[in-house]
Amino acid sequence: MTKQVRQLDRVVIRFAGDSGDGMQLTGDRFTSETAQLGNDISTLPNFPAEIRAPAGTLPGVSSFQVHFADYDILTPGDAPNVLVAMNPAALKANLGDLPRGADIIVNTDEFTKRNLAKVGYTASPLEDGSLDGYSVHPVGLTSMTVGALAEHDVSKKDAERAKNMFALGLLSWMYSRPYESTIRFLERKFAARPELVSANIAAFKAGWNFGETTEDFGVRYEVKPAQMSPGTYRNITGNAALALGIIAAGVRSKLPVFLGAYPITPASDILHELSKHKRFGITTMQAEDEIAAIGAALGAAYGGALGITTTSGPGVALKGETISLAVALELPLVVVDVQRAGPSTGMPTKTEQADLNMALFGRHGEAPVAVIAPRSPSDCFHAAIEAARIALTHRTPVILLSDNYVANGSEPWLLPEVDSLPDLQVEFATQPNGEDGSTFLPYLRDPQTLARPWAIPGTPGLEHRIGGLEKADKTGDISYDPANHDFMVRTRAARIEAIEVPDLEVEDPDGDARVLVLGWGSTYGPIGAACRALRQRGQSVAQAHLRHLSPMPGNVGEVLRRYDRVVIPEMNLGQLAHVIRARFLVDAIPYNQVRGLPFTAAELETMLEEVVKNG
Amino acid sequence: MAEPVALKLTTKDFKSDQEVRWCPGCGDYAILAAVQSFMPELGIPRERIVFVSGIGCSSRFPYYMNTYGMHSIHGRAPAIATGLSVSRPDLSVWVVTGDGDALSIGGNHLIHALRRNVNLKILLFNNRIYGLTKGQYSPTSELGKITKSTPVGSADSPFNPLSLALGAEATFVARTIDSDRKHLQSVLRAAAEHNGSAFVEIYQNCNIFNDGAFEELKDASTRDDYLIRLEHGQPITFGKDGQFCVVHPPGGFGLEVRETATVSPEEIVVHDAGVTEPAYAFALSRLPGLDLRNTPIGVFRDVSRPSYDNLVQSQLEAARAKTSGTPEEQLAGLLTSGDTWTIL
Repeated sequence: MTKQVRQLDRVVIRFAGDSGDGMQLTGDRFTSETAQLGNDISTLPNFPAEIRAPAGTLPGVSSFQVHFADYDILTPGDAPNVLVAMNPAALKANLGDLPRGADIIVNTDEFTKRNLAKVGYTASPLEDGSLDGYSVHPVGLTSMTVGALAEHDVSKKDAERAKNMFALGLLSWMYSRPYESTIRFLERKFAARPELVSANIAAFKAGWNFGETTEDFGVRYEVKPAQMSPGTYRNITGNAALALGIIAAGVRSKLPVFLGAYPITPASDILHELSKHKRFGITTMQAEDEIAAIGAALGAAYGGALGITTTSGPGVALKGETISLAVALELPLVVVDVQRAGPSTGMPTKTEQADLNMALFGRHGEAPVAVIAPRSPSDCFHAAIEAARIALTHRTPVILLSDNYVANGSEPWLLPEVDSLPDLQVEFATQPNGEDGSTFLPYLRDPQTLARPWAIPGTPGLEHRIGGLEKADKTGDISYDPANHDFMVRTRAARIEAIEVPDLEVEDPDGDARVLVLGWGSTYGPIGAACRALRQRGQSVAQAHLRHLSPMPGNVGEVLRRYDRVVIPEMNLGQLAHVIRARFLVDAIPYNQVRGLPFTAAELETMLEEVVKNG
Repeated sequence: MAEPVALKLTTKDFKSDQEVRWCPGCGDYAILAAVQSFMPELGIPRERIVFVSGIGCSSRFPYYMNTYGMHSIHGRAPAIATGLSVSRPDLSVWVVTGDGDALSIGGNHLIHALRRNVNLKILLFNNRIYGLTKGQYSPTSELGKITKSTPVGSADSPFNPLSLALGAEATFVARTIDSDRKHLQSVLRAAAEHNGSAFVEIYQNCNIFNDGAFEELKDASTRDDYLIRLEHGQPITFGKDGQFCVVHPPGGFGLEVRETATVSPEEIVVHDAGVTEPAYAFALSRLPGLDLRNTPIGVFRDVSRPSYDNLVQSQLEAARAKTSGTPEEQLAGLLTSGDTWTIL
């Protein structure tokens, strides 16, 4: 039968199921198909820290949200238009986020008495009328998959596991996605087990065909490609982009890269990715602990490598003493903190921006470092290169504050030309620099950058000793001289302030905004989407986003003073707002939320509208 | 490991211009002098030698060596040195540490460096006390030791550093004494020749907070009866007149000391540092009693196993061998790998 095709400009789909149902993979594949089509996309994975929480329970629910549109979008979407619920727990956990009228596709096979009871349903929501406001599509996903694979040489368990591919096939049909990349993916993934390749492809096609033939789905949708700048794109997560940025920094600096890391959610994927690329001269060491990870990276930096350590907040806390040592030694070092909800173990798979204070101030003594933050998944690539640039040029630790939202979220990335990436080459010291022509002064500084020479072991004539004890200016000898210590403390602060960073740019298309929204890091998308929505409704609002948090751009104070009100939304209790108020004496309005999830554009829009109207 | 080259270096070349600031009479002076005079023997240019230390009296060592050096933070020297050694196989990297630095705050890094077999020469100055913090008990202090922090005696059982290193399956384990320069240098020589981690415990006297801790091993009237000087390939006998020996009693787990006159010569254990199983060297490490009697010195264990550095380097080389094109071309290829799409 011929089905009606309806055009949409944007859709938000959430795949939700048990941790073992393969929802992350399903979402990932749907995203990839969508990217192939040329839609703009933004994704939000959301999963528990437990690898397999008890099956069918609320804590075990894992979901993947994908937002795609025929125009440029900034967030994974506030509310799903479509929910795929693989079991009662997935329905219950996600129903609250759905607007009335949303499509819900449920796997009826899982709506058994037992599974309903597990999540506290006394009656099936499919039958008690509680879903009347929604467009519910009951589908026996498991039984139809098993039926479709009856002729295949796979176990019942493997057949049942392919139900996510049935769901993917159905959704791919509904939204007219090209599926060639998924077929190729399945062929690669199960290359060692051909029977699973054919079973999964068959499940996918059964889902597709089911959409085409069943009367329950009367409409098929299309979302046309977005108008995007010409070039080659790929869909990329923040962690993958960050790993590629580190590889690029190694290539552009012509230095070997040494990554010391200890496994920690949500940073481990960077270690996994970099460990695959040894051909670029990248050494990855899974250290015995967080302290050893940064210690080894610092040791490698002393030897002339680009030293990097990747971790999350708890790891940065452990690394603090070594970061201080790197401040004293004045060696290049990149510390990547993929932030997660704290304190302590907190919520390891949920996002937060609450490590800013730690990055800026979390060390003993006066130990200033450079701090930068990426604004989106693909921006992680450029942020990694910028972190390496600052570290190498200024011989300083740089903390890069990513977070779980950008790390695991994805978006299309316009691939850069390698030649367009900054040249990061720096020179090692090769000659004595003392006035007598034979002495080497390890703490004689470059007058511009205040950086000291990077004199690596193996260089004849420059043998010298460095350490954590206070050093005399120029010679680097141990010094307890009061005036020298005062001078060195101030010099280390001046060194960071001497880092050149671009001015803060303000986006104010109307030009008459009286309210500025200032953000940093991963809140860029939701803030931007909220500002756009407000402007579309005739309100003026200006947006500025900080990439460099230490040092800050030179024009920040001037920008802040241009506006009547400054609003600072953060996924913490006001850490940037605190710094801005203290440093610039600006009465900024903090807007804070720490739910482990990104802001929705709608809540920011409501808040901003209030400020714009009432000041 | 660095290759020896013809060089004319002397002890003086390894003395830095820094004033040595240990307490007068400290055993560290003797170790420093022994190391400085041994260094020319290495045949490695100064610029390719690096001393890395942690925190404590012993960890001031790098400041006094005219090589490259880093005085780092408490306990972390093995980790820092690992990163340096792995990324710079052309260097000769030495770690100087103490009983508090290596066995307390840095215990984890020590055992992991040893199990990985990183190409480091680790010199642990064991004086059984915290010196720099002025006299608290250390992880090698005897049970019941009265110190500033244990006025009625410590309740901690001590670590036996060699047993610990052998438990971590270190490939080279030795012990020597600060005051015996000849022996100390012979152990340094063997350590330097070893590919992989070489762990050397050096009994060192702290004359301020734990004076005489190893006196019986040094005093001319007692040392011969207390010390077991291990020689590879030689039967283990000791005592002024060789009156004691080491045997492996049948059915027993370990080694025992007997009077030589009471056993037949073939019962005496012939020292073999190359025994693959660490159990033999471990048994040797258990011989001394609390009174320091039966203390073996020398090389307990010296076995061959690929170093971490070599394994990591060969992985890098294997990966590089499979590639073609400039790094920039390879990067461009990597960026455009996976599912891409083009907008015209």
